[in-house]
Amino acid sequence: MLFLQRLLWRLATTAVTLFGVAVIVFTVVRVVPGNPIAMMLPPGATDADVARLKALYGLDRSIPQQFLIWGWGVLHGDFGTSISLRQPVLGLVLGRLPATLELATMALVMAVLMGGAAALTATRHRGTRVEAGIDVTNGVALSIPDFLWGLLLIIIFGVLMPVFDISGRVSPDLKLPFTTQFYLVESILRLRFDITADLLGHMFMPALALAIPLAAIIGQVLKQSLKETMELDYVTLARTKGYGETRVILREALRNAILPTLTLVGVQFTFLIGGTVIVERLFSYEGLGNMAIDAVINRDLPLIQGIVLCFALIFTGVNLVVDLTYAALNPRLRHA
Amino acid sequence: MTNLSRRTLLKLSGATLALSAVPLPSFAAPIDELVIAYNVNLPSWDPTVGPSAVNPTIQGIYQSVFDQFILQKPDLSFAPGLITEWGWSDDRKQIHMTVRDGVSWHDGSAFTAEDVVWSLTRAGDEKTGNPIQFTWKNIGNFKTDGNKITADVLQFDPTIFKWMSFLTGYVMPKAYYEKVGAAGFEEKPIGTGPYMVDHFERNSFVRLKANPTYWGGKPEFDTVTIKFVPDAASRVAEVESGNAHVTLEMPYEEYDRLRGSAKLSGTAHPITDIGMIFLNNDSVMSDKNVRQAACHAVDKKLIIDRLLSGYGVPIDTLDAPGYAAYDPDIKVPYDPALSKKLLAASGYSTDKPVKFTIQTTKGYKPKDYEMVQAIVGMWRKVGIDATIEVYEIAKHFELRAAHKLAPAAFYNWGNAIGDPTTSTGFAMFGPSPHSSWKTADVDAKIGPLWGEADEAKRIQGWKDVDKYVAEECDVLPLLQYVQPILADKRVKVVPHGSGALLPALMTRA
Repeated sequence: MLFLQRLLWRLATTAVTLFGVAVIVFTVVRVVPGNPIAMMLPPGATDADVARLKALYGLDRSIPQQFLIWGWGVLHGDFGTSISLRQPVLGLVLGRLPATLELATMALVMAVLMGGAAALTATRHRGTRVEAGIDVTNGVALSIPDFLWGLLLIIIFGVLMPVFDISGRVSPDLKLPFTTQFYLVESILRLRFDITADLLGHMFMPALALAIPLAAIIGQVLKQSLKETMELDYVTLARTKGYGETRVILREALRNAILPTLTLVGVQFTFLIGGTVIVERLFSYEGLGNMAIDAVINRDLPLIQGIVLCFALIFTGVNLVVDLTYAALNPRLRHA
Repeated sequence: MTNLSRRTLLKLSGATLALSAVPLPSFAAPIDELVIAYNVNLPSWDPTVGPSAVNPTIQGIYQSVFDQFILQKPDLSFAPGLITEWGWSDDRKQIHMTVRDGVSWHDGSAFTAEDVVWSLTRAGDEKTGNPIQFTWKNIGNFKTDGNKITADVLQFDPTIFKWMSFLTGYVMPKAYYEKVGAAGFEEKPIGTGPYMVDHFERNSFVRLKANPTYWGGKPEFDTVTIKFVPDAASRVAEVESGNAHVTLEMPYEEYDRLRGSAKLSGTAHPITDIGMIFLNNDSVMSDKNVRQAACHAVDKKLIIDRLLSGYGVPIDTLDAPGYAAYDPDIKVPYDPALSKKLLAASGYSTDKPVKFTIQTTKGYKPKDYEMVQAIVGMWRKVGIDATIEVYEIAKHFELRAAHKLAPAAFYNWGNAIGDPTTSTGFAMFGPSPHSSWKTADVDAKIGPLWGEADEAKRIQGWKDVDKYVAEECDVLPLLQYVQPILADKRVKVVPHGSGALLPALMTRA
């Protein structure tokens, strides 16, 4: 019952958050200098031409009026039509979202594996040069932003040792038999591992660029948490039972130490989605982030609104899931 | 000394074996599928509506799939396209066109005069959202007789046929478009151009197949993939690694580094884009001494040599070399001593400089911000203290349309057809939303030229305007851009003066 109340409360706050985001983004994109009409004005356009274009795109009304029209549409599943792409925004966003989600998930998996391995190794070899080496590596990984990692990876794996594809999501010569935009998932389900390999080849570098800084954060937090846990009585008890250090870490300490990391991973995943904007651009990956940059450059107001709302929905959704998962895993919260 | 254990050796051997199994791009094998790393995304497939229709950079992709009414050759001259013959009646009240016979759309259906009439009518209909509708609406009441078309001139515009090779001047398939609608056309576009769309992944690539029945002859490469790679570093990596065969618009330093490599060749060709500084008459620039001093204080050649590695052509008028009204005799010489003298006449000096703001983009065009920094440095030496304000290109458009640009504002201007109306005309004529200089003297000189029917007189008229504007220094033209193209040595690229990178012009070397 308490869980249900908690869920309903969180859903209500999520709705308020999304409304707030919608109001802010709608207003901001109209207030900042640079409007889409000025961008597309032909040479020789007259005031009448400007008025005609404004009316064509519904920009001749006041901002509150525009918001009401747009908001009413959103409630009915109509997010408007992209000015630059001339297609319904909802379809465009939903068409791109899977690519970004697959990339972010891949990056998250890589980050968890790399960060987890680093933390476990450092804990296993705490106080030695191995731990110091991992700390230095973490520091370097964290200091360099993801897009610079991307450039570095392009030089290494794209130019010097051209193993992976530099741009795109899939090779142009492949015929895709897919019905959804979740190419990676669908290629696995359809047992088309040739396409899976191609997709992973395209995804490797952008995912790794996104994963490296996150892996460093996960590594540091998990290592610190493990260190504290390793000092607790029940771990000492396990040692006195004669268990080996590796078993103590993996079977006893890790289960408790992982909770703060889980929260962190949830929060960082949302930042990871945000990070895809630059990295997708760098690797010409056909996700939501890449489209967002074009939308901003072209001042495509309906598309910017749709993308930001989608990002906001992901952020609030992930936070909601993390909170609920944390509550389910933490006995103190579960039985509160 | 490091000990190499058996396990480590095995691991290294395994990794080496795995890497060697990965197929690497080869620079030796013949090219079956041409891959181009393009610098922009393609937002929409309809080349006649929306913002992408007036984006000059995208036109190369459009021209691969669609034909323009009239063809523009790489040297910017005009040639028969889908329209093979065109002209005015003697009284300039009618136009006539002859449509090419034997042309097919990509779906196999026949191209007819009806397609041309429908395309022109649609372009002139304000409901379709064609950004150049203001020009297309000047002709109407079309009549067809076989492959002959006549139309009434509703308002005389001497440049109407040039527009048929320019932005939105594309012939669209009437029957197909009416059948599939706008959304269907975006899904599966067809044209009469040299290439047919095979596979399009938005923001990623478009794969094109050669049109075997193209009226201009089948292109050399059967398959062309255009990857959309907006990031310059990634584009360079694409050609350097052999993943792409051709790319364009990279930093000149990278161009110089790679053009001499064993695998790549380079072409750097002046195009119709220019860099310029708008001056705003509602400011300190209304003082003729100040703006003349500003113009004479800029050493354009030095800027090109130092910042653009020599890739650029200094210009003194908005009509650049290759444009119809280019006059090489019009000069605004670099003369800082004269600048000081002019400023002194208005009471300014290095100790008491004239102050104003100059706006610029940063990274929108090669070295834009750095060029403005250099100009500000040159100005400072003669008694001009300019403050740099960086803005986004979208803000530039909005401020320009509202006549609120700073006293000086850097911009790049494209004019693929090279007509003076689309350079000096729209940039300097007060009523134009693109003009930042709105004065009666210039407007009085430009006004009569819009409707001038005598072509020689019209071009001479624009040259006179350019001379006047240069003497008055109502604008500060800087340079004509040079477009760098890098290509695999197995590919021969023919650059187009408009800056459009056309795969149909590429052949095996």
